[in-house]
Amino acid sequence: MTALSDTWYMLVRLLRATWRQPVWVVVELVQPFMWLVLYGQLFGRVTEIPGFGARSYIQFLTPGVAVMTSLFGSAWAGIGLIEDLDRGVLDRLLTTPASRAAIVLARVLHSGTAGAVQTAIIVLVGTAMGARIAAGAAGAALLLAVAVLLGGGFAAASNGLALLVRREETFIAVLNFVTLPLTFLSASLMSTALMPAWMRAASRLNPVNWAVEAARAAFSPPAAWGAAVGDVALLAAFLAAASAFATWAFAAYRRSA
Amino acid sequence: MTADAPAIEVVDLRKVYPGGVRALDGLTFTVGTGELFALLGPNGAGKSTTVRILVTLTRPDSGRARVAGHDVEAEPQAVRRAIGYVAQHSAVDREATGRENLLLQGRLYHLPGRRLRARVEELLTSLGLGDAADRVARGYSGGMRRRLDIAMGIVHEPRVLFLDEPTTGLDPESRAALWRDLTDLRRRTGLTVLLTTHYLEEADALADRVAIVDRGRVVASGTPAALKAELGGDTVVLDVGAGVAAAVAHLLAGAPQVLEARAVGGSVHVRVADGARALPALMALVAGAPYEVRSATLSRPSLDEVYLHHTGRAFAQADAAGQDGGEGA
Ligand SMILES: Nc1ncnc2c1ncn2[C@@H]1O[C@H](COP(=O)(O)OP(=O)(O)OP(=O)(O)O)[C@@H](O)[C@H]1O
Ligand SMILES: [Mg+2]
Repeated sequence: MTALSDTWYMLVRLLRATWRQPVWVVVELVQPFMWLVLYGQLFGRVTEIPGFGARSYIQFLTPGVAVMTSLFGSAWAGIGLIEDLDRGVLDRLLTTPASRAAIVLARVLHSGTAGAVQTAIIVLVGTAMGARIAAGAAGAALLLAVAVLLGGGFAAASNGLALLVRREETFIAVLNFVTLPLTFLSASLMSTALMPAWMRAASRLNPVNWAVEAARAAFSPPAAWGAAVGDVALLAAFLAAASAFATWAFAAYRRSA
Repeated sequence: MTADAPAIEVVDLRKVYPGGVRALDGLTFTVGTGELFALLGPNGAGKSTTVRILVTLTRPDSGRARVAGHDVEAEPQAVRRAIGYVAQHSAVDREATGRENLLLQGRLYHLPGRRLRARVEELLTSLGLGDAADRVARGYSGGMRRRLDIAMGIVHEPRVLFLDEPTTGLDPESRAALWRDLTDLRRRTGLTVLLTTHYLEEADALADRVAIVDRGRVVASGTPAALKAELGGDTVVLDVGAGVAAAVAHLLAGAPQVLEARAVGGSVHVRVADGARALPALMALVAGAPYEVRSATLSRPSLDEVYLHHTGRAFAQADAAGQDGGEGA
């Protein structure tokens, strides 16, 4: 029980710090909107390429951007932990009886909260631009679940990475190295049907692509959801693996102190 | 934990950091309940490492340590409930206000809301942070942050408090205020305090007992008075210049009334049974050699002399050496 309240108080601390950076909040809120408009205009006509599959690009793009945003937001989650580490805040928390798990869990929930708000905005903007969630609220809930599973997984992995590298520069380098390729090795912006065979094979191992496919299903009528079950299961497994990694990295950090 | 069990018990702690730095090399000491115990030592002596082991942040390679009756490795959670910790470097959350910092800290010790709020109010006022309480700590001065650190260390009224160089970076006024607060707090709550410091006068003024730590070992311990008395006699410091200090020390060490003579920089520290009587003879001896004595001072033994006696280095010197060879980062 105290683990829950510890998590809550640490989450409040993080949310408050975010809220105190209005520029950051505005950028985070406007960015998904920008993706939709920019990519919508830039790639709008790819639907005319034979074999692309979808007919409306905004319908295709909205779930893709929702997943991208969730990925970018959560992948950076570890940077705050590095700051806590540098400033001695992490050590201070570790000398209190507070639950150890709460320290990482609060950060995962923090980026989950941000991701959920962003997903909601994307859905609203996408709908205004012509995308349709065929199943209504149920579809939106599925989409949210996908964003949370993916975001939670990457946030946990990001915190684990932060505890391993412990330096901001290294952390940023690794992130840049990983996030963009993961985006392009998925159907976020481009149908996998148009990818070279090796990329399509690689995309099958990519959690971002699992999320994109599940998110796209969420926009379709429930009859088409069956295909997403496997992806959601894989995402859940990814979240579990990332949490295990974060827990292990935390133990490694404590051992090396 | 029985009433007379020691609050802190450290037995033969050893710790080698990755890379081969031997931080602790068989450190042993005991702190009784309600005592204020000071670990005194130069940079790199192992003070912070000791404290970090006692607050469950770092594991020793061997040896054992108990705090408030609990083994730090076997029952870390019980230890955490009993202690407060103020780290050497400020650990304030800079994006939160002073009040928010204190409230979160108290929550993590599961203090009930109403009592916590009253306690936070009281601490903010007594540490002079009342006006800044609702400002984000990013804008605090170093001294204000330090006071907030200390408030966070005691917000939950711990039984054993660890203060790692609490007064470094404080102005003399804040330092005096902290000394007063600590004394107050101990009188009211019977708190046990382990304090590390570089300041000999701080250890002398505050501590019931002192342990002098050098290169990961306790080289001397006892009450400040006992440590000084153990040394006995007076100290005569003769300033003769760096070039000849060693020769003068050698010369004086052979004189019948001299207990101990050491060259420290450009001076020679000479311990004698009766300083006033020995001084003229010492001066004559040096002048006859012949060396020039630029100045001579006579003092009762200070902790500095105690330190010199046990480590062979003057405190300021060892400190500077530690700074060069030590942490670096
Ligand atoms: N995390 C670490 N990794 C490697 N070496 C370390 C680490 N922490 C401390 N050391 C080394 O261990 C030795 C003891 O350090 P410690 O910080 O305990 O000394 P200290 O007495 O607190 O010094 P100071 O007065 O400078 O704070 C030093 O030589 C230091 O360089
Ligand atoms: Mg230290």
